[in-house]
Amino acid sequence: MTEENHVLSLLVDNEPGVLSRIVGLFSGRGFNIESLCVAETTEPGISRITIVTKANAPVVEQIKKQLNKLINILKVYELTGQDFVQREMALIKVTAKPEHRAEILRIVDIFRCKVVDVGQEHYTIEVTGDQGKLAAIISLLKPLGIKEIAKTGIIALFREPK
Amino acid sequence: MKLTGAQILMKVFQEEGVDTLFGYPGGAVVDIYDELARTDIRHILVRHEQGGVHAADGYARASGKVGVCLVTSGPGATNTVTGIASAYMDSIPIVVITGQVPTHLIGNDAFQEVDIVGITRPCTKHNYLVKNIDDLARILREAFFLARSGRPGPVLVDIPKDIARATAGYKSPKAVKMPSYNPTYNPNMHQLQKVVKLVQDARRPMIFAGGGVILSKSAPELTEFARKAKIPVTTSLMGLGAFPGSDPLWLGMLGMHGTYRANMSTSACDLLIAIGVRFDDRVTGKTDAFAAQSKIVHIDIDPTSIRKNIPVTIPVVGDCKITLGHLNRLIEALDLGDLDDRRREWLDTIAAWKSTQPLAYQQGETIKPQFVIEKLYELTRDRETIITTEVGQNQMWAAQYYHFEKPGHFITSGGLGVMGFGLPAAIGAQTACPDSLVVDVAGDGSIQMNIQEMATAVQYGLPVKVVILNNRYLGMVRQWQELFYECRYACTSMEHAPDFVKLAEAYGAVGLRAEKPEEVEAVLREGLFSPRTVIMDFKVQQTECVYPMVPAGAPITEMLLV
Repeated sequence: MTEENHVLSLLVDNEPGVLSRIVGLFSGRGFNIESLCVAETTEPGISRITIVTKANAPVVEQIKKQLNKLINILKVYELTGQDFVQREMALIKVTAKPEHRAEILRIVDIFRCKVVDVGQEHYTIEVTGDQGKLAAIISLLKPLGIKEIAKTGIIALFREPK
Repeated sequence: MKLTGAQILMKVFQEEGVDTLFGYPGGAVVDIYDELARTDIRHILVRHEQGGVHAADGYARASGKVGVCLVTSGPGATNTVTGIASAYMDSIPIVVITGQVPTHLIGNDAFQEVDIVGITRPCTKHNYLVKNIDDLARILREAFFLARSGRPGPVLVDIPKDIARATAGYKSPKAVKMPSYNPTYNPNMHQLQKVVKLVQDARRPMIFAGGGVILSKSAPELTEFARKAKIPVTTSLMGLGAFPGSDPLWLGMLGMHGTYRANMSTSACDLLIAIGVRFDDRVTGKTDAFAAQSKIVHIDIDPTSIRKNIPVTIPVVGDCKITLGHLNRLIEALDLGDLDDRRREWLDTIAAWKSTQPLAYQQGETIKPQFVIEKLYELTRDRETIITTEVGQNQMWAAQYYHFEKPGHFITSGGLGVMGFGLPAAIGAQTACPDSLVVDVAGDGSIQMNIQEMATAVQYGLPVKVVILNNRYLGMVRQWQELFYECRYACTSMEHAPDFVKLAEAYGAVGLRAEKPEEVEAVLREGLFSPRTVIMDFKVQQTECVYPMVPAGAPITEMLLV
């Protein structure tokens, strides 16, 4: 059975140790975490965790059941296979030699990104989009020299009916 | 009303009907013990915290109540881990209270500090560190609620010393509400209709019951269901007692050391109804080959058990008792035709397996361990007897040669397989059932893992009987070495052991020994009818193996036989 990325969205009690329970579940049972994002929701005491996991269908089924079994988890949603929006943000520190500066700014413009920090030798670019867009800009910037990169991992929500 | 943390703990114990604790005091819980001494809760002082948790486990299984263990911080807490992990694997409802260093010292590597909540996260149903006295009562009530509801399990509550001393207002209990915890008790009736259809159509059905039937107290419903639909029954090790061992529909235990007929039935059946089981690898053998011809119905309260190891035709999430109750009503309304006629061929096939390959061993000059268990059964079958076991060959022979009629009478560490479980579990069971005969079937290896609990048994006048099948080997590992490692007996010989008779006497118990087959019955009679704590040391044949045996990872039908 093929392993594919699945996006899971969890609502959890915002309590110490909750993240550790989730991460421990994944490591203890040999499940994968491709990315993980945690932040509070607008409701006090409740956080949303977005996990991307790579697994085949029966394993994803088991992951969802195991997550549901954890006492501090209120809801487990799988977004993959349904209509949803996903975004990831990256900060990319790219080497900016004088002869490349114009080209970098052109790429920034095409991808509708922002330059958030400038130095003698670098630009730091903020880019937001789905994983395809991030992969595309990274592949264009790579030949120019990426010094450092930080990515948030995916966050995602269901689309509402129109 | 303002109460201290320790007083709140006692209040909640009383609310929850706790009348017995197993524990071991220490610096971090001295305030709790000070308060405990002012109540009429019975405290059994064990000799090692591991023993305390196993005793709470045995108590829970024998009484059907939540077992409670109280220990101090640091080493007291870490010593509980094996017991907690065993209770977790076997879904036993226990609450473990650990002391912790004062909150202002947490994280400072204080004396006897350990992050026990972190350590036990993967082996508890849930656990808590109490950081605020105002949360204490709620957390304790949740702990008991979680331990006993849904799929039961161990819950640990870590209480820092300053929380035990702090004061807070105490309010009478309200029903526990946990929005994120909703076990599914009622099965989907649509699914049950499908199950009934399969039962109606099946030519060769069988039932495979497990510990879930015992935990949900649904043995009567299971027996009714099996008899009504005339379906033969096997169980896992944890399910022994869920169905009467004397019933003609009884197949014996399934799995690595299961009976020939039970194992063969799984490959020949056309419908396997699994109830309250989790398809452990010791039961399934090679999963691809397990019940490969059969449709499988799986009933369990824990959705994660379903389709974890074995694909199933019809999953049913629900409480075994409620589900079996529905099934019995649905079956009642059904015309199953002449069941005697319909089942004759299937039951004849099973009977033939039974007669060609019964559980058997050969008598010899020396005592055979199976013979000891057979005699033990003969002498205790008419008494209210609870059997606990250690782990290894002793456990398997007890499972094979003792016949269980009722649930709650066989107490063993099934999932984790803890050597050293049987004696403290027997102490817990004897505490819960003072009028029962409680026998720990042990090996000479495992008994030494928690032998110190003899002192506990004697101190509290608990007349548990320890039957040591003494082969001077770590017998199960030795068996694997004989069968699969070309007789290279690496580190399994236990030539030097204490004299168990003298050891029993040193503890203030009775010690007895049998060295020849003809002495077995007399020793058992004397030991079992003694009012005191007794160790009976049976010098058994050293190289006896447990048969049938399915090599690990092989199909369940490929058995090594006697």
